[in-house]
Amino acid sequence: MKIRREVEQEKHELNMTSMIDIVFLLLVFFVMTFKIVEMEGDFSIRMPLAGNGGQTSDVTDLPLKLRLRSDNDGNLTSMSLNEINLGTDFTKLRANIISLVGSDEPAEGDDGPEIEIDTDYNVRYAYIIQAITAVSGYKDDTNQVVKLIERIKFAKPRR
Amino acid sequence: MRVKSKKPDLAEGDLTPMIDMTFQLIAFFMVLINFSQTEANDRVVLPSSQLVKPPTAPLEFPIILHVAQDGEIILGGDTYTTETLTTGLRRELAVLRAEKKKPADANIIIRGHQNVAAGQIQEIIRVAQENELERFALRAKEDLS
Repeated sequence: MKIRREVEQEKHELNMTSMIDIVFLLLVFFVMTFKIVEMEGDFSIRMPLAGNGGQTSDVTDLPLKLRLRSDNDGNLTSMSLNEINLGTDFTKLRANIISLVGSDEPAEGDDGPEIEIDTDYNVRYAYIIQAITAVSGYKDDTNQVVKLIERIKFAKPRR
Repeated sequence: MRVKSKKPDLAEGDLTPMIDMTFQLIAFFMVLINFSQTEANDRVVLPSSQLVKPPTAPLEFPIILHVAQDGEIILGGDTYTTETLTTGLRRELAVLRAEKKKPADANIIIRGHQNVAAGQIQEIIRVAQENELERFALRAKEDLS
């Protein structure tokens, strides 16, 4: 006689629905809060209030002067470095800085050349950062940063 | 004759690959998410520079000033102008002094909008100098082009 096995082995199936719900919620949360981060960095400037430090008596210690001029909309119209007219070319500015300062590594600390940026009030800040980039250094062929001037200060604001 | 009732076939999809992919996506976003970008401000688009590098160590006692395009200064969620900035800075300096530090130890991080007038940034620096602050960091985004 053939005996039928009435009771087949029960299959235990996990209910995945709730887990998938939560997983999707997590996914949506991370997708919504995700923001591509742009790397940021700083140009450090040490600028105590004028008059606190000792006055420079030696003429050779006088800082280089970079003058930036703009129109009323803040567009850069001309630049001059110690009365050398550079137009609006930041590459020219860098070349002049290299010729004045040399491409040697600047001395650490308070020594080394200094530059004073004297700018029209309306000049856009982006031009200032471009100018600071040009005078601070450059990247050589091997993508290494060669430093030029580390001591940067601003002249009094022009109204 | 007994007729067997045929149950309809339930087509069950295999969810395993989908769950695998979803977990991978979650892991990807979890690794890349950066909650520390709280110092960013939507009103500020930073200028870019090829020379700036992300700092290797955090600056000591940072005071972050966001400067919007219209010249408004945002410090700790409050909005100031160059005339009223001293109030905000004094509040920060009070915290600094409570930690027995000098104003010269603090770092003013200026996150200026790329189109703000440079004179505005100079005014901010002047106000900070009047409050004995002397270390400044002009923030820019890294230009990889």
